[in-house]
Amino acid sequence: MRFGLGEAVVGLGLGLALALAPGLGRAQTLTLYNAQHEQVVGMLTAMFTRQTGIKVLVHTGEGPDIASQILQEGADSPADLFFTENSPELILLDEKGLLAPVDPATLANVPAKYSAADGDWLGVLARENVLDFNASMISETALPASLMDLARPEWAGKVGIAPSDADFLPLVSAVIRTQGKPAALAWLNGLKANAKIYEDDESVVAAVARGDVAVGVVNNYYWARLEADLGPRKIDSALYHFKHGDIGGLINISGAAVLKSSKNQAAAQKFLAFLVSHQAQVALGESEIDFEYPLAPGVAPNKRLAPFSALQPPAISVSKLGDDQDAGALLQQAGLI
Amino acid sequence: MAARRPSAGLLAACCAASALVLLPLGVTVWNAANAGGEVAAALLWRPLTGFLLLNTLRLIGCAVIATGLIGTALAWLVERTDLRARRVWSILAVVPLAIPPFITSYAWVSLSPGLENFGGALLVVTVAYYPLVYLPVAAALREMDPALEETARALGLGRAAMFGRIILPQLRPALLGGVLLVALDVLVEFGAFALLRFRTFTTAIYGAYRAGFSGAEPALLAMVLLVLCIACLTAEFFVRGRARYGRLGRGARRRAAIYPLGRWHGPAQAGFAVWAALTIGVPLGMIIYWLAQPGDAATAPVAASFGAVARAAWSSIYLGAAGAALTMALALPLGVLATRYDGWLVTALERSAYLAQSIPGIVVALALVSLTVHTLRPLYESTPLLVAAYAVLFLPLALVGVRAALTQAQPALEEAGRSLGLGRTAVLLRVSLPLAAPGLGAAAALVFIAVTTELTATLLLAPIGTQTLATQVWADTSTLAFAAAAPYAAVMAVMSMGAAWLLAGRFGTADRVKGQALARPA
Repeated sequence: MRFGLGEAVVGLGLGLALALAPGLGRAQTLTLYNAQHEQVVGMLTAMFTRQTGIKVLVHTGEGPDIASQILQEGADSPADLFFTENSPELILLDEKGLLAPVDPATLANVPAKYSAADGDWLGVLARENVLDFNASMISETALPASLMDLARPEWAGKVGIAPSDADFLPLVSAVIRTQGKPAALAWLNGLKANAKIYEDDESVVAAVARGDVAVGVVNNYYWARLEADLGPRKIDSALYHFKHGDIGGLINISGAAVLKSSKNQAAAQKFLAFLVSHQAQVALGESEIDFEYPLAPGVAPNKRLAPFSALQPPAISVSKLGDDQDAGALLQQAGLI
Repeated sequence: MAARRPSAGLLAACCAASALVLLPLGVTVWNAANAGGEVAAALLWRPLTGFLLLNTLRLIGCAVIATGLIGTALAWLVERTDLRARRVWSILAVVPLAIPPFITSYAWVSLSPGLENFGGALLVVTVAYYPLVYLPVAAALREMDPALEETARALGLGRAAMFGRIILPQLRPALLGGVLLVALDVLVEFGAFALLRFRTFTTAIYGAYRAGFSGAEPALLAMVLLVLCIACLTAEFFVRGRARYGRLGRGARRRAAIYPLGRWHGPAQAGFAVWAALTIGVPLGMIIYWLAQPGDAATAPVAASFGAVARAAWSSIYLGAAGAALTMALALPLGVLATRYDGWLVTALERSAYLAQSIPGIVVALALVSLTVHTLRPLYESTPLLVAAYAVLFLPLALVGVRAALTQAQPALEEAGRSLGLGRTAVLLRVSLPLAAPGLGAAAALVFIAVTTELTATLLLAPIGTQTLATQVWADTSTLAFAAAAPYAAVMAVMSMGAAWLLAGRFGTADRVKGQALARPA
């Protein structure tokens, strides 16, 4: 250790018996570090436990936060599994050599382009970036052809974004990869001048629905969830899909991996296999809890979502999208976080 | 009685308690210092720090004015006017102290998302913290000598002039002390602002911690917050210690003067009723409203079933009991030392324990995480670590109660015990503790309630898989699943208000100490 405080503490006589948290070392219990939505993971872990008898302890946070926690904890992280909304955090952990290879049979259940090229993490679900708009404030024809246009002066005061939400980072990464860093910074500066800043995507969809801002940059998940939640009260906003491969229509991959340091490799691999099993993927598509595209071929998504085949995302692979590190730095440089 | 010297065992126990309090402070300073000058300058001299400073100070300024005005006005109405049903109003005026601020915040934000701004934050802190001004000001008004006011009136001062020149100066220590406590609590409050999505230092530290885990940035921001907190606590200490209005002359004590409200009676009653509706009606009403709504499976991270609520309640109770036990174990030796001995070491040890009042929960939790993630690894994400954090946070609260209880147990009786041949330990067990027992019980109960309603440290330090009432309300509310959060919030409100009610019934109406105690932000 770097400093001598540890010894001092031992000498303090705290009188604390080192009763470790119950269950950590027990067999047939997995610890999942989760950056997916808690309700989705709650449903999946309950199904998994019913099926296998293996319990899953869940620790939830935002993707980049959990990734840095795993980095800090290093080789003796309590985590067996990591499940996140966005691929860059998995790529980061893979670069640091912290992930174990996924069973080839499991990888075979989803199209190869949605999982790690080296087979160290597994694509599970996909979500689409969209522009949420309030039709009483702006007509659909006035919406921009490109996400980049939102940095122009005419959008001042009309845009809502959540730069501190983990889902915003991949968009910035995509802009950096396709347009270069200087252009990405100029875009962020323009956005900063134009946009109202919200804490997370949940707040952005709520703000558009109540007429705080005319348009909001979000994942389709949040709009569908608010629509489901409001039910008969009817949502006061609609989705606009960026077309022709514009960067704004980026597809984010939600994926999972087993940590190399896990002492429960076999059980953890079972959980990955379960995530892309037909049963789990169908349950995800049919539920009114998750609003993402199941990646297993032939499984229909929630009926609120546009057909996956109708989307026109930009051609940028998950490995090209990278690990979000420069996106975070650029957001800081632009003063957005 | 100060002639005796404390035993080595007692001193060791007190030093241990004091060291535990200073530990998070030391770790934070160490982490911040390790950042190095250049990094520190880059992290602190950026627009975000200025923005947070402005946001936080602006809120404190407005909250101090609002709570000062409202707290004083209500105290005046209850203590010094012929307002009808004053007993009832005097109770309703302190009830908000028993509602954790982040529950109040939950209620308001679920009423209208339009409150996610400065106005909403100001509303919530004013509603939650005005009793911190009300209680000391009401006590001061009650104790005031009517002779001064009578003299002033006789010399021809009008009512307004008399209030400004006679009453207000006498209120100054109580009023200043109260608003400084409000300022301190606004500085360390986390949950209420996080739910309102209003950014202050505490929410930014939480954000920085989550992004960088245990890096230099959260420690540096924490240092800024600590400096502000210690400034508040020091100011409060001086206001309380120095500013006293001495009363010369021997006239018999009489009840303070009561002024007729006259035609203002109606508006005063109405105003009081509106205020009670805002401070008590909205929080409890919104919880009841959401209890009646169907659950929202899509947005609720934590579904509320009877079993889940019971499990969370059990975790809260278990942690509350463990926290109260450890905190009392640390506070008792300090209390004995402070009431039975004196000397510079005694003063230093006692003061260091009170210093914890100025260390925000987020800073304590952060320091303990960064300490245990690399060194002391077995304690990382363990229950004992969380309980230790509670002990640091609530030691001042316990110490106030322990000190009062031990002061009431007269040393003369202990000396009698000693002279009859009992040893020190036997005196402690058979004389001092039984005499102080009710007061100690009350102190332990206050810590218990404070722990069960604590959010920040619980959020950061709870072992994986441990969910408490507070963390469940947090998980649901931060994704706007208000109906799912309601049962957890309801159990918490009932527990907290029930305990406050029992304590008040047993130990008289809430005095200032209990008031401060219950207001310790989650």
